[in-house]
Amino acid sequence: MILINCPYCGEREQSEFTNGGEAHVIRPKDPDALNDKDWGQYVFYRSNPKGIFYERWVHSHGCRKWFNAVRDTSTDTILKIYKLTDNKPDISEFQNTLESPSGEPAVGSGNFAVKK
Amino acid sequence: MWESPEPKKGYDVIIVGGGGHGLGTAYYLAKEHGIKNIAVIEKGWLGGGNTGRNTTIIRSNYLWNESANLYDHSVKLWENLSEELNFNMMFSQRGVMNLAHNEHDIKEMKRRISANRLNGLDTQWVDTKQIKELVPIMNTENLRYPVLGAAFQPRGGVARHDAVAWGYALRSNEMGVDIIQNCEVKDIKTDNHKVEGVNTSKGFIRANKVAVVASGHTSVLAQTAGVRLPLQSRPLQALVSEPIKPVINTVVMSNAVHAYVSQSDKGELVIGAGTDGYNSFTQRGGYDVIEETVRAIVELYPIFGKMKMLRQWGGIVDICPDASPIISKCEVKGLYFNCGWGTGGFKATPGSANVFAHTVAKDEPHKINEAFNLERFSNGRLIDEHGAAAVAH
Repeated sequence: MILINCPYCGEREQSEFTNGGEAHVIRPKDPDALNDKDWGQYVFYRSNPKGIFYERWVHSHGCRKWFNAVRDTSTDTILKIYKLTDNKPDISEFQNTLESPSGEPAVGSGNFAVKK
Repeated sequence: MWESPEPKKGYDVIIVGGGGHGLGTAYYLAKEHGIKNIAVIEKGWLGGGNTGRNTTIIRSNYLWNESANLYDHSVKLWENLSEELNFNMMFSQRGVMNLAHNEHDIKEMKRRISANRLNGLDTQWVDTKQIKELVPIMNTENLRYPVLGAAFQPRGGVARHDAVAWGYALRSNEMGVDIIQNCEVKDIKTDNHKVEGVNTSKGFIRANKVAVVASGHTSVLAQTAGVRLPLQSRPLQALVSEPIKPVINTVVMSNAVHAYVSQSDKGELVIGAGTDGYNSFTQRGGYDVIEETVRAIVELYPIFGKMKMLRQWGGIVDICPDASPIISKCEVKGLYFNCGWGTGGFKATPGSANVFAHTVAKDEPHKINEAFNLERFSNGRLIDEHGAAAVAH
Protein backbone atom coordinates (compact mmCIF):
# COMPACT_ATOMS: atom_id res chain seq x y z
CA MET A 1 0.00 0.00 0.00
CA ILE A 2 1.21 3.51 -0.75
CA LEU A 3 1.05 6.52 1.55
CA ILE A 4 -0.57 9.68 0.27
CA ASN A 5 0.10 13.09 1.75
CA CYS A 6 -3.32 14.77 1.79
CA PRO A 7 -2.73 18.53 1.43
CA TYR A 8 -5.34 19.12 4.16
CA CYS A 9 -4.80 16.23 6.64
CA GLY A 10 -1.24 15.00 6.14
CA GLU A 11 0.11 11.55 5.30
CA ARG A 12 -2.41 8.70 5.40
CA GLU A 13 -2.75 5.17 3.96
CA GLN A 14 -4.01 4.91 0.39
CA SER A 15 -7.07 2.90 1.50
CA GLU A 16 -8.47 6.11 3.04
CA PHE A 17 -8.56 7.65 -0.44
CA THR A 18 -10.47 7.02 -3.66
CA ASN A 19 -8.83 7.53 -7.01
CA GLY A 20 -10.66 9.76 -9.47
CA GLY A 21 -8.76 8.84 -12.64
CA GLU A 22 -6.94 11.18 -14.96
CA ALA A 23 -6.77 14.84 -13.93
CA HIS A 24 -7.20 17.91 -16.13
CA VAL A 25 -9.80 16.33 -18.46
CA ILE A 26 -11.95 19.19 -19.65
CA ARG A 27 -15.57 18.69 -20.66
CA PRO A 28 -16.07 19.95 -24.23
CA LYS A 29 -17.66 23.41 -24.23
CA ASP A 30 -20.19 22.60 -26.92
CA PRO A 31 -20.99 18.83 -26.92
CA ASP A 32 -23.62 19.22 -29.65
CA ALA A 33 -20.95 20.43 -32.05
CA LEU A 34 -18.91 17.24 -31.65
CA ASN A 35 -19.16 14.19 -33.88
CA ASP A 36 -19.62 10.73 -32.29
CA LYS A 37 -15.91 9.98 -32.48
CA ASP A 38 -14.82 13.09 -30.58
CA TRP A 39 -17.60 12.71 -28.02
CA GLY A 40 -16.55 9.06 -27.53
CA GLN A 41 -13.00 10.28 -26.92
CA TYR A 42 -14.26 12.47 -24.09
CA VAL A 43 -16.54 9.82 -22.58
CA PHE A 44 -14.48 6.63 -22.85
CA TYR A 45 -10.83 7.48 -23.50
CA ARG A 46 -8.34 8.41 -20.78
CA SER A 47 -4.56 8.51 -20.85
CA ASN A 48 -2.92 5.42 -19.42
CA PRO A 49 0.81 6.16 -19.41
CA LYS A 50 3.48 3.99 -17.90
CA GLY A 51 5.48 6.60 -16.03
CA ILE A 52 4.33 10.11 -15.21
CA PHE A 53 0.58 10.35 -14.71
CA TYR A 54 -1.59 13.28 -13.57
CA GLU A 55 -4.48 12.01 -11.48
CA ARG A 56 -7.21 13.01 -9.03
CA TRP A 57 -7.74 11.68 -5.51
CA VAL A 58 -10.41 12.28 -2.91
CA HIS A 59 -9.81 11.73 0.80
CA SER A 60 -13.07 9.75 1.17
CA HIS A 61 -12.48 8.51 4.72
CA GLY A 62 -11.01 11.83 5.91
CA CYS A 63 -11.66 15.43 4.92
CA ARG A 64 -13.52 14.35 1.72
CA LYS A 65 -11.68 16.97 -0.29
CA TRP A 66 -10.41 16.46 -3.81
CA PHE A 67 -6.83 17.16 -4.88
CA ASN A 68 -4.44 16.26 -7.70
CA ALA A 69 -1.28 14.19 -7.73
CA VAL A 70 1.53 13.38 -10.14
CA ARG A 71 2.57 9.74 -9.78
CA ASP A 72 5.03 7.48 -11.57
CA THR A 73 2.79 4.50 -12.46
CA SER A 74 5.84 2.27 -13.07
CA THR A 75 6.91 2.46 -9.41
CA ASP A 76 3.92 4.13 -7.66
CA THR A 77 6.20 6.92 -6.42
CA ILE A 78 4.18 10.08 -5.80
CA LEU A 79 6.14 12.95 -7.31
CA LYS A 80 3.91 15.87 -6.43
CA ILE A 81 0.61 16.62 -4.71
CA TYR A 82 -1.19 19.89 -5.43
CA LYS A 83 -4.57 21.47 -4.84
CA LEU A 84 -7.28 21.76 -7.49
CA THR A 85 -6.76 25.52 -7.53
CA ASP A 86 -3.03 25.16 -8.33
CA ASN A 87 -1.75 25.19 -11.89
CA LYS A 88 -0.91 21.90 -13.62
CA PRO A 89 2.82 21.32 -13.04
CA ASP A 90 4.84 21.07 -16.24
CA ILE A 91 5.95 17.55 -17.18
CA SER A 92 9.55 18.78 -17.47
CA GLU A 93 9.60 19.12 -13.66
CA PHE A 94 9.63 15.33 -13.35
CA GLN A 95 12.20 12.78 -14.40
CA ASN A 96 10.95 9.79 -16.38
CA THR A 97 12.95 6.75 -15.29
CA LEU A 98 11.85 4.54 -18.21
CA GLU A 99 14.07 4.09 -21.26
CA SER A 100 11.20 3.00 -23.51
CA PRO A 101 7.41 3.44 -23.26
CA SER A 102 6.79 -0.11 -22.01
CA GLY A 103 10.18 -0.60 -20.33
CA GLU A 104 10.74 -1.51 -16.71
CA PRO A 105 12.27 0.80 -14.09
CA ALA A 106 15.50 -0.37 -12.41
CA VAL A 107 13.76 -0.78 -9.07
CA GLY A 108 10.18 -0.79 -7.85
CA SER A 109 8.30 -2.43 -10.72
CA GLY A 110 7.65 -5.72 -8.92
CA ASN A 111 8.14 -7.45 -12.28
CA PHE A 112 10.57 -10.38 -12.04
CA ALA A 113 9.74 -11.91 -15.43
CA VAL A 114 11.82 -9.32 -17.29
CA LYS A 115 15.61 -9.12 -17.31
CA LYS A 116 16.74 -5.61 -16.48
CA MET B 1 11.12 -27.60 -26.25
CA TRP B 2 10.67 -24.77 -28.70
CA GLU B 3 13.72 -23.12 -30.27
CA SER B 4 14.97 -19.65 -29.31
CA PRO B 5 16.23 -18.18 -32.59
CA GLU B 6 17.61 -14.72 -33.28
CA PRO B 7 15.00 -12.64 -35.08
CA LYS B 8 15.01 -12.56 -38.90
CA LYS B 9 14.96 -9.20 -40.74
CA GLY B 10 11.27 -9.41 -41.42
CA TYR B 11 8.11 -11.44 -41.03
CA ASP B 12 4.63 -11.63 -42.51
CA VAL B 13 3.15 -11.24 -39.03
CA ILE B 14 4.74 -10.12 -35.77
CA ILE B 15 2.79 -10.90 -32.62
CA VAL B 16 3.74 -8.73 -29.66
CA GLY B 17 3.27 -10.67 -26.43
CA GLY B 18 4.13 -14.32 -25.79
CA GLY B 19 1.26 -15.25 -23.50
CA GLY B 20 -1.49 -17.74 -24.24
CA HIS B 21 -3.46 -15.35 -26.49
CA GLY B 22 -0.38 -14.40 -28.54
CA LEU B 23 1.02 -17.92 -28.93
CA GLY B 24 -2.46 -19.22 -29.70
CA THR B 25 -2.83 -16.57 -32.40
CA ALA B 26 0.44 -17.76 -33.97
CA TYR B 27 -0.77 -21.36 -33.79
CA TYR B 28 -4.11 -20.69 -35.53
CA LEU B 29 -2.49 -18.40 -38.12
CA ALA B 30 -0.11 -21.22 -39.06
CA LYS B 31 -2.63 -24.06 -38.81
CA GLU B 32 -5.84 -22.56 -40.19
CA HIS B 33 -4.63 -19.73 -42.40
CA GLY B 34 -1.32 -21.07 -43.78
CA ILE B 35 0.69 -18.06 -42.59
CA LYS B 36 3.88 -19.51 -41.11
CA ASN B 37 6.41 -16.67 -41.41
CA ILE B 38 5.54 -15.39 -37.94
CA ALA B 39 7.47 -14.14 -34.91
CA VAL B 40 6.08 -14.00 -31.39
CA ILE B 41 8.06 -11.41 -29.44
CA GLU B 42 8.01 -11.53 -25.65
CA LYS B 43 9.59 -9.08 -23.23
CA GLY B 44 10.12 -11.63 -20.45
CA TRP B 45 9.61 -15.39 -20.63
CA LEU B 46 6.74 -17.27 -22.24
CA GLY B 47 3.58 -17.12 -20.19
CA GLY B 48 5.31 -14.96 -17.55
CA GLY B 49 2.66 -12.26 -17.73
CA ASN B 50 -1.00 -12.70 -16.95
CA THR B 51 -1.07 -16.20 -18.49
CA GLY B 52 0.98 -17.34 -15.51
CA ARG B 53 -0.69 -15.08 -12.97
CA ASN B 54 -4.43 -15.77 -13.22
CA THR B 55 -6.62 -18.12 -11.22
CA THR B 56 -7.24 -20.40 -14.27
CA ILE B 57 -11.03 -20.25 -14.16
CA ILE B 58 -12.92 -21.16 -17.32
CA ARG B 59 -16.61 -20.42 -17.92
CA SER B 60 -18.85 -18.83 -20.53
CA ASN B 61 -21.88 -17.65 -18.52
CA TYR B 62 -21.90 -14.09 -19.89
CA LEU B 63 -25.07 -12.08 -20.37
CA TRP B 64 -25.08 -10.75 -23.93
CA ASN B 65 -25.25 -12.88 -27.08
CA GLU B 66 -21.96 -11.52 -28.42
CA SER B 67 -20.10 -12.46 -25.24
CA ALA B 68 -21.79 -15.83 -24.82
CA ASN B 69 -20.79 -16.73 -28.39
CA LEU B 70 -17.19 -15.60 -27.91
CA TYR B 71 -16.61 -17.23 -24.52
CA ASP B 72 -18.43 -20.44 -25.41
CA HIS B 73 -16.43 -20.70 -28.63
CA SER B 74 -13.49 -20.76 -26.25
CA VAL B 75 -14.95 -23.37 -23.88
CA LYS B 76 -15.64 -25.62 -26.87
CA LEU B 77 -12.00 -25.30 -27.99
CA TRP B 78 -10.83 -25.98 -24.42
CA GLU B 79 -12.79 -29.24 -24.45
CA ASN B 80 -10.53 -30.66 -27.19
CA LEU B 81 -7.35 -28.67 -26.63
CA SER B 82 -5.27 -31.39 -24.91
CA GLU B 83 -5.95 -33.69 -27.83
CA GLU B 84 -5.44 -31.04 -30.49
CA LEU B 85 -2.08 -29.88 -29.09
CA ASN B 86 -1.06 -33.31 -27.77
CA PHE B 87 -0.19 -31.59 -24.51
CA ASN B 88 -2.03 -32.11 -21.25
CA MET B 89 -3.99 -28.95 -20.40
CA MET B 90 -5.25 -30.60 -17.19
CA PHE B 91 -8.62 -29.16 -18.20
CA SER B 92 -11.05 -30.11 -15.48
CA GLN B 93 -14.75 -29.34 -15.95
CA ARG B 94 -15.54 -29.27 -12.25
CA GLY B 95 -18.16 -26.55 -12.60
CA VAL B 96 -18.23 -22.87 -11.71
CA MET B 97 -20.66 -21.47 -9.13
CA ASN B 98 -21.55 -17.78 -8.74
CA LEU B 99 -23.13 -17.08 -5.35
CA ALA B 100 -26.11 -14.80 -4.76
CA HIS B 101 -26.12 -12.91 -1.45
CA ASN B 102 -29.08 -10.55 -1.81
CA GLU B 103 -32.33 -10.01 -3.67
CA HIS B 104 -30.63 -8.07 -6.44
CA ASP B 105 -28.05 -10.85 -6.98
CA ILE B 106 -30.87 -13.40 -7.30
CA LYS B 107 -32.69 -11.31 -9.92
CA GLU B 108 -29.55 -10.50 -11.87
CA MET B 109 -28.38 -14.11 -11.87
CA LYS B 110 -31.73 -15.57 -12.85
CA ARG B 111 -31.90 -13.11 -15.71
CA ARG B 112 -28.42 -14.13 -16.77
CA ILE B 113 -29.26 -17.85 -16.49
CA SER B 114 -32.27 -17.30 -18.80
CA ALA B 115 -30.11 -15.40 -21.27
CA ASN B 116 -27.49 -18.16 -21.12
CA ARG B 117 -30.03 -20.88 -21.76
CA LEU B 118 -31.34 -19.03 -24.82
CA ASN B 119 -27.77 -19.09 -26.06
CA GLY B 120 -27.51 -22.84 -25.48
CA LEU B 121 -25.29 -22.60 -22.39
CA ASP B 122 -25.63 -25.02 -19.49
CA THR B 123 -26.04 -22.52 -16.64
CA GLN B 124 -28.63 -23.41 -14.00
CA TRP B 125 -29.97 -22.08 -10.70
CA VAL B 126 -29.06 -24.05 -7.58
CA ASP B 127 -30.63 -23.40 -4.17
CA THR B 128 -28.88 -23.35 -0.81
CA LYS B 129 -29.55 -27.04 -0.13
CA GLN B 130 -27.92 -28.02 -3.43
CA ILE B 131 -25.00 -25.68 -2.73
CA LYS B 132 -24.45 -27.40 0.62
CA GLU B 133 -24.40 -30.76 -1.15
CA LEU B 134 -21.85 -29.54 -3.70
CA VAL B 135 -19.70 -27.60 -1.21
CA PRO B 136 -20.31 -28.94 2.31
CA ILE B 137 -17.65 -26.69 3.90
CA MET B 138 -19.48 -23.50 2.94
CA ASN B 139 -21.11 -21.39 5.64
CA THR B 140 -24.36 -20.32 3.99
CA GLU B 141 -26.33 -18.89 6.92
CA ASN B 142 -24.21 -17.56 9.74
CA LEU B 143 -22.63 -14.62 7.95
CA ARG B 144 -23.34 -10.98 7.23
CA TYR B 145 -24.49 -11.62 3.65
CA PRO B 146 -26.07 -15.12 3.69
CA VAL B 147 -25.85 -17.34 0.63
CA LEU B 148 -29.30 -17.42 -1.01
CA GLY B 149 -28.57 -19.50 -4.08
CA ALA B 150 -26.16 -19.63 -6.99
CA ALA B 151 -25.79 -19.77 -10.75
CA PHE B 152 -23.94 -22.95 -11.65
CA GLN B 153 -22.24 -23.82 -14.94
CA PRO B 154 -21.15 -27.48 -14.87
CA ARG B 155 -19.07 -27.17 -18.08
CA GLY B 156 -16.92 -24.51 -16.45
CA GLY B 157 -13.78 -25.40 -14.57
CA VAL B 158 -10.04 -24.88 -14.48
CA ALA B 159 -6.97 -25.71 -16.57
CA ARG B 160 -3.23 -25.54 -16.11
CA HIS B 161 -2.17 -22.06 -17.24
CA ASP B 162 1.47 -22.84 -18.14
CA ALA B 163 0.36 -25.76 -20.30
CA VAL B 164 -1.65 -23.44 -22.56
CA ALA B 165 1.37 -21.27 -23.32
CA TRP B 166 3.70 -24.23 -23.69
CA GLY B 167 1.28 -26.30 -25.80
CA TYR B 168 0.68 -23.49 -28.27
CA ALA B 169 4.41 -22.61 -28.29
CA LEU B 170 5.47 -26.19 -29.09
CA ARG B 171 2.98 -26.73 -31.88
CA SER B 172 3.41 -23.33 -33.50
CA ASN B 173 7.20 -23.67 -33.34
CA GLU B 174 6.88 -27.05 -35.12
CA MET B 175 5.08 -25.23 -37.95
CA GLY B 176 7.93 -22.71 -38.28
CA VAL B 177 6.90 -19.86 -35.94
CA ASP B 178 9.87 -18.04 -34.36
CA ILE B 179 9.48 -17.52 -30.62
CA ILE B 180 11.72 -14.72 -29.42
CA GLN B 181 11.93 -14.26 -25.65
CA ASN B 182 13.67 -11.57 -23.58
CA CYS B 183 13.13 -9.11 -26.40
CA GLU B 184 11.20 -5.95 -25.67
CA VAL B 185 9.16 -4.21 -28.36
CA LYS B 186 9.99 -0.55 -27.80
CA ASP B 187 7.75 0.99 -30.40
CA ILE B 188 5.65 0.24 -33.44
CA LYS B 189 6.88 1.95 -36.60
CA THR B 190 4.30 3.24 -39.04
CA ASP B 191 4.46 5.19 -42.26
CA ASN B 192 1.51 6.98 -43.79
CA HIS B 193 -1.04 5.02 -41.68
CA LYS B 194 0.53 1.71 -42.58
CA VAL B 195 2.53 -0.51 -40.25
CA GLU B 196 6.24 -1.00 -41.11
CA GLY B 197 7.53 -3.13 -38.25
CA VAL B 198 8.68 -2.91 -34.66
CA ASN B 199 11.74 -1.49 -32.94
CA THR B 200 12.93 -3.97 -30.34
CA SER B 201 15.82 -4.42 -27.92
CA LYS B 202 17.29 -6.67 -30.67
CA GLY B 203 16.90 -4.04 -33.39
CA PHE B 204 14.28 -3.18 -36.00
CA ILE B 205 12.19 -6.05 -37.37
CA ARG B 206 10.09 -5.45 -40.47
CA ALA B 207 6.55 -6.82 -40.65
CA ASN B 208 3.57 -6.68 -43.00
CA LYS B 209 1.23 -7.03 -40.06
CA VAL B 210 1.66 -6.42 -36.36
CA ALA B 211 -0.73 -7.97 -33.83
CA VAL B 212 -0.50 -6.59 -30.30
CA VAL B 213 -1.58 -8.89 -27.46
CA ALA B 214 0.33 -7.34 -24.57
CA SER B 215 -2.43 -7.09 -21.92
CA GLY B 216 -1.58 -4.24 -19.51
CA HIS B 217 1.01 -2.76 -21.87
CA THR B 218 -1.14 -2.80 -25.02
CA SER B 219 -2.30 0.81 -24.75
CA VAL B 220 1.27 2.01 -24.11
CA LEU B 221 2.45 0.26 -27.30
CA ALA B 222 -0.58 1.49 -29.25
CA GLN B 223 0.38 5.04 -28.33
CA THR B 224 3.74 4.60 -30.11
CA ALA B 225 1.80 3.98 -33.33
CA GLY B 226 -0.41 6.99 -32.66
CA VAL B 227 -3.44 4.87 -31.72
CA ARG B 228 -5.41 5.67 -28.59
CA LEU B 229 -7.20 2.81 -26.83
CA PRO B 230 -9.88 3.15 -24.13
CA LEU B 231 -7.92 1.08 -21.61
CA GLN B 232 -6.75 1.61 -18.05
CA SER B 233 -4.04 -0.62 -16.56
CA ARG B 234 -4.34 -1.82 -12.99
CA PRO B 235 -2.77 -4.50 -10.80
CA LEU B 236 -4.92 -7.56 -10.10
CA GLN B 237 -3.83 -9.92 -7.34
CA ALA B 238 -4.12 -13.59 -6.53
CA LEU B 239 -2.78 -15.79 -3.79
CA VAL B 240 -2.42 -19.48 -2.93
CA SER B 241 -2.48 -21.28 0.39
CA GLU B 242 -0.43 -24.15 1.74
CA PRO B 243 -1.55 -27.47 0.18
CA ILE B 244 -4.26 -29.43 1.97
CA LYS B 245 -6.38 -32.54 1.31
CA PRO B 246 -9.24 -32.11 -1.20
CA VAL B 247 -12.02 -30.04 0.38
CA ILE B 248 -13.61 -28.17 -2.51
CA ASN B 249 -14.19 -29.79 -5.89
CA THR B 250 -15.75 -26.93 -7.83
CA VAL B 251 -14.96 -23.25 -8.41
CA VAL B 252 -16.93 -20.90 -6.16
CA MET B 253 -17.11 -17.20 -6.95
CA SER B 254 -18.90 -14.42 -5.18
CA ASN B 255 -19.10 -10.94 -6.64
CA ALA B 256 -20.98 -9.39 -3.73
CA VAL B 257 -18.44 -10.18 -1.01
CA HIS B 258 -15.60 -10.47 -3.52
CA ALA B 259 -14.16 -13.89 -2.87
CA TYR B 260 -13.44 -16.65 -5.28
CA VAL B 261 -11.70 -19.90 -4.64
CA SER B 262 -10.84 -23.25 -6.17
CA GLN B 263 -8.43 -25.98 -5.16
CA SER B 264 -5.51 -26.90 -7.38
CA ASP B 265 -4.45 -30.48 -8.07
CA LYS B 266 -1.52 -29.87 -5.70
CA GLY B 267 -4.06 -29.10 -2.96
CA GLU B 268 -3.46 -25.36 -2.70
CA LEU B 269 -6.44 -23.05 -2.47
CA VAL B 270 -6.25 -20.64 -5.38
CA ILE B 271 -7.81 -17.33 -4.35
CA GLY B 272 -8.48 -14.34 -6.56
CA ALA B 273 -8.47 -10.84 -5.09
CA GLY B 274 -9.60 -7.58 -6.65
CA THR B 275 -7.90 -4.81 -8.60
CA ASP B 276 -6.24 -1.85 -6.96
CA GLY B 277 -8.30 1.32 -7.15
CA TYR B 278 -5.79 3.25 -9.24
CA ASN B 279 -3.77 2.87 -12.45
CA SER B 280 -0.43 1.21 -11.98
CA PHE B 281 2.13 -0.96 -13.76
CA THR B 282 3.69 -2.33 -10.54
CA GLN B 283 3.16 -6.07 -10.46
CA ARG B 284 2.35 -6.43 -6.77
CA GLY B 285 -0.88 -4.69 -5.68
CA GLY B 286 -1.99 -3.26 -2.33
CA TYR B 287 -2.21 -5.31 0.83
CA ASP B 288 -5.64 -3.98 1.78
CA VAL B 289 -7.08 -5.60 -1.37
CA ILE B 290 -6.01 -9.09 -0.29
CA GLU B 291 -7.18 -8.41 3.26
CA GLU B 292 -10.69 -7.71 2.00
CA THR B 293 -10.78 -10.94 -0.03
CA VAL B 294 -9.32 -13.10 2.72
CA ARG B 295 -11.84 -11.69 5.19
CA ALA B 296 -14.71 -12.77 2.92
CA ILE B 297 -13.14 -16.19 2.29
CA VAL B 298 -12.81 -16.87 6.01
CA GLU B 299 -16.41 -15.87 6.62
CA LEU B 300 -17.69 -18.10 3.81
CA TYR B 301 -15.41 -21.03 4.75
CA PRO B 302 -14.69 -20.88 8.49
CA ILE B 303 -12.43 -23.98 8.28
CA PHE B 304 -9.89 -21.91 6.27
CA GLY B 305 -9.47 -19.53 9.21
CA LYS B 306 -6.17 -20.94 10.45
CA MET B 307 -4.60 -21.66 7.05
CA LYS B 308 -1.35 -20.09 5.96
CA MET B 309 -0.98 -18.36 2.63
CA LEU B 310 2.10 -19.37 0.62
CA ARG B 311 2.40 -16.83 -2.16
CA GLN B 312 0.81 -13.63 -3.39
CA TRP B 313 1.40 -11.90 -6.72
CA GLY B 314 -0.03 -9.29 -9.06
CA GLY B 315 -0.45 -8.88 -12.80
CA ILE B 316 -1.27 -5.80 -14.84
CA VAL B 317 -4.69 -6.05 -16.46
CA ASP B 318 -6.09 -3.75 -19.16
CA ILE B 319 -9.60 -2.71 -18.27
CA CYS B 320 -12.11 -1.60 -20.90
CA PRO B 321 -15.04 0.75 -20.09
CA ASP B 322 -17.64 -1.98 -20.79
CA ALA B 323 -15.69 -4.92 -19.28
CA SER B 324 -15.56 -6.59 -22.71
CA PRO B 325 -12.47 -7.11 -24.84
CA ILE B 326 -11.37 -5.36 -28.03
CA ILE B 327 -10.43 -7.75 -30.87
CA SER B 328 -10.13 -5.37 -33.73
CA LYS B 329 -8.38 -3.63 -36.60
CA CYS B 330 -7.64 0.05 -36.21
CA GLU B 331 -7.05 3.11 -38.37
CA VAL B 332 -3.43 2.03 -39.03
CA LYS B 333 -3.36 -0.54 -41.83
CA GLY B 334 -1.83 -3.86 -40.77
CA LEU B 335 -2.09 -3.14 -37.05
CA TYR B 336 -4.39 -5.30 -34.91
CA PHE B 337 -5.25 -5.36 -31.24
CA ASN B 338 -6.50 -8.10 -28.95
CA CYS B 339 -6.82 -6.42 -25.58
CA GLY B 340 -9.14 -5.13 -22.88
CA TRP B 341 -9.63 -8.57 -21.33
CA GLY B 342 -9.36 -6.91 -17.97
CA THR B 343 -9.75 -9.30 -15.10
CA GLY B 344 -10.99 -12.33 -17.06
CA GLY B 345 -8.96 -13.19 -20.16
CA PHE B 346 -7.61 -16.64 -19.35
CA LYS B 347 -10.87 -18.48 -20.00
CA ALA B 348 -11.02 -16.97 -23.47
CA THR B 349 -7.48 -17.90 -24.54
CA PRO B 350 -8.21 -20.45 -27.31
CA GLY B 351 -11.35 -18.70 -28.59
CA SER B 352 -9.77 -15.27 -28.61
CA ALA B 353 -6.63 -16.56 -30.34
CA ASN B 354 -8.75 -18.40 -32.90
CA VAL B 355 -10.87 -15.42 -33.96
CA PHE B 356 -7.96 -12.98 -33.70
CA ALA B 357 -5.93 -15.16 -36.09
CA HIS B 358 -8.87 -14.93 -38.52
CA THR B 359 -8.99 -11.13 -38.11
CA VAL B 360 -5.27 -10.79 -38.78
CA ALA B 361 -5.20 -13.22 -41.72
CA LYS B 362 -8.28 -11.92 -43.53
CA ASP B 363 -8.00 -8.27 -42.45
CA GLU B 364 -11.62 -8.51 -41.34
CA PRO B 365 -13.20 -9.83 -38.17
CA HIS B 366 -14.60 -13.32 -37.73
CA LYS B 367 -18.37 -13.13 -37.17
CA ILE B 368 -17.80 -14.08 -33.52
CA ASN B 369 -15.62 -11.04 -32.79
CA GLU B 370 -17.03 -8.39 -35.13
CA ALA B 371 -18.97 -6.75 -32.27
CA PHE B 372 -15.78 -6.44 -30.22
CA ASN B 373 -14.50 -3.58 -32.36
CA LEU B 374 -13.10 -0.16 -31.51
CA GLU B 375 -15.98 1.66 -33.16
CA ARG B 376 -18.29 0.73 -30.29
CA PHE B 377 -16.68 3.53 -28.25
CA SER B 378 -18.00 6.07 -30.69
CA ASN B 379 -21.26 4.52 -31.92
CA GLY B 380 -22.32 3.43 -28.43
CA ARG B 381 -22.87 -0.27 -29.15
CA LEU B 382 -21.19 -1.28 -25.89
CA ILE B 383 -21.24 -4.88 -24.64
CA ASP B 384 -21.67 -4.23 -20.94
CA GLU B 385 -20.51 -7.27 -19.00
CA HIS B 386 -19.82 -5.68 -15.62
CA GLY B 387 -22.37 -8.08 -14.11
CA ALA B 388 -20.71 -11.20 -15.52
CA ALA B 389 -17.13 -10.11 -14.89
CA ALA B 390 -16.09 -11.76 -11.65
CA VAL B 391 -13.95 -8.90 -10.39
CA ALA B 392 -15.73 -5.62 -9.78
CA HIS B 393 -14.17 -2.70 -11.63
